[in-house]
Amino acid sequence: MKILVIAEHDNHSIKASTLNTVAAGKKLDGELDVLVMGSSCADAVNEAAKISGINSVISIDGSHLENALAEETANNAADIASQYTHVFLPATTFGKNIMPRLAALLDVQPISDIIEIIDGSTYKRPIYAGSCIATVKTEQSLIIASVRTTAFDAAQIGDAGVNVTSQDPKDSLAISNFVGEELAKSDRPELTAADIIISGGRGMQSGENFSLLEGIADKLGAAVGASRAAVDSGFVPNDYQVGQTGKIVAPNLYIAVGISGAIQHLAGMKDSKVIVAINKDEDAPIFQVADYGLVADLFTALPELESLL
Amino acid sequence: MKVIVPIKRVVDYNVKVRPLNDESGVDLNNVKMSINPFCEIAVEEAVRLKEAGSATEIVAVTVGSQASQEQLRTALALGADRAVLLETNDNVEPLGIAKLLAKLCEEEKPDLIILGKQAIDGDNNQTGQMLAALLGFPQATFASELKINDGVATVTREIDGGLQTIAVNLPAIVTTDLRLNEPRYASLPNIMKAKKKELNVIDASSLGIDFVSRLTTLKVELPPSRDAGVKVESVEELVDKLKNEAKVI
Ligand SMILES: Cc1cc2nc3c(=O)[nH]c(=O)nc-3n(C[C@H](O)[C@H](O)[C@H](O)COP(=O)(O)OP(=O)(O)OC[C@H]3O[C@@H](n4cnc5c(N)ncnc54)[C@H](O)[C@@H]3O)c2cc1C
Ligand SMILES: Nc1ncnc2c1ncn2[C@@H]1O[C@H](COP(=O)(O)O)[C@@H](O)[C@H]1O
Repeated sequence: MKILVIAEHDNHSIKASTLNTVAAGKKLDGELDVLVMGSSCADAVNEAAKISGINSVISIDGSHLENALAEETANNAADIASQYTHVFLPATTFGKNIMPRLAALLDVQPISDIIEIIDGSTYKRPIYAGSCIATVKTEQSLIIASVRTTAFDAAQIGDAGVNVTSQDPKDSLAISNFVGEELAKSDRPELTAADIIISGGRGMQSGENFSLLEGIADKLGAAVGASRAAVDSGFVPNDYQVGQTGKIVAPNLYIAVGISGAIQHLAGMKDSKVIVAINKDEDAPIFQVADYGLVADLFTALPELESLL
Repeated sequence: MKVIVPIKRVVDYNVKVRPLNDESGVDLNNVKMSINPFCEIAVEEAVRLKEAGSATEIVAVTVGSQASQEQLRTALALGADRAVLLETNDNVEPLGIAKLLAKLCEEEKPDLIILGKQAIDGDNNQTGQMLAALLGFPQATFASELKINDGVATVTREIDGGLQTIAVNLPAIVTTDLRLNEPRYASLPNIMKAKKKELNVIDASSLGIDFVSRLTTLKVELPPSRDAGVKVESVEELVDKLKNEAKVI
């Protein structure tokens, strides 16, 4: 088997999602290469070369690859990918955007969001918002998959670098352009990388009230998340959303506050190690997955919790 | 501007599905079926483009069995002008669906194709990107805002770190995220009118496209269940348990 992982990075450093994806690839028996496509991305390439257990890094550097536009990345990755038996990308918005495009260019039916590798051709993946787990098998000679990052422990970054080969980029297709980006800035850990997450739902009633969660997050070094209802109500930005169609998280501790526990929300957090729910409705479905449930009004419970930490 | 909206008939999002007893698939007996929520958002966006004067015709398309005529009628009631059913009883995977849709698009020559970002049954999140590759069109996935101007679609995308804006040349593919819009309800008069709109049924196997499945589902099972937890009586007890029992803080 020959495995290729397409790296997610910001041209300076490798994203944690890449390390989880490499870890998934290493479950297969074979040499694993990492493909880094970007612009002035030498730093990211050097960091990728230090991921432990990999065979080599391939780098393609071009100004049109700066923002990981799917058209350009898939076009540049296709020839390389066709020389492998397995191509893995993280199941983040980066990977979800590129992976199917790349697969279609190579006439491959890909496998989304794998959570377990049974063997080189057999994988487990959640379906129906995680209500069921499907085991799928394919006889395709090239297997392209996206990897649920929370399902695989990250590969380590070591000191020694492996061999790097550079390839020239293909000409830009010039059909899409990057215009701009509004990235959330926060001193708190990223949701997908945090050990502890405290999330608020519609029960928070307003964006201002999220400060009740932030005070606790600061004390615990936690990230702050939200349900879709909280995002839709404009309490917090979209990148806070945890769930089937938001971020998938699996921290050591997940505290759900004023969240009812709809299946679409559970899909994003029920693999957390310890789940706490604070809700004033004792019948809220969130209590069915909570290790510790507190039936209380959040407006009294949260200040008390903050003062006890 | 002609807009094609591929839609999918799926289990309603309120239904909690379970595996069949023999674990050969999911139990779909007598469950409520609906139009995939992301496809509903796609139809709504097309209708808004038409109301704003930039779209001239909206064609809703689905690959599926006779039963999916129901969802096409829903799309017509929401404002699509006509509908096409590429009929098959097979379970077609995203690559096959994308190939069938690509074939139809070669004939229909749309300027814009709006799909849902994901169908909530298989949670694949693949078809739009694959269709874009097959047609050689640019793609703007996970859209939360869409503007059309002078042959260019400017799209704000929901990405993990926040929002990204890209500009793609038409013809293009857009896939919808939840916050692109809030779909309207079909009014009774519009539901009546939809019954008279054109719904063209084409036998999918007549199109000369190979849409045979490449994946085999060996098993469908429940995810590992969580042990039942406990209710704590106070915040103090909660903090104590987290510190001393679970040892997570
Ligand atoms: C296609 C699709 C995709 C979706 N994807 C997602 C997703 O990715 N993530 C997601 O989260 N949702 C998603 N949803 C939405 C999901 O179905 C629910 O609507 C949503 O999760 C509900 O959010 P909530 O729990 O905050 O709100 P509600 O269900 O309204 O619950 C609010 C809770 O707060 C409690 N509460 C109120 N006041 C207080 C108080 N003072 N003290 C304590 N508790 C209080 C109430 O008892 C209640 O349980 C999706 C839906 C669809 C159709
Ligand atoms: N059978 C189908 N017929 C038409 N469009 C479909 C079909 N399946 C998926 N799609 C479209 O592709 C989107 C993404 O689906 P998926 O790739 O299956 O997650 C859906 O929201 C639809 O817009």
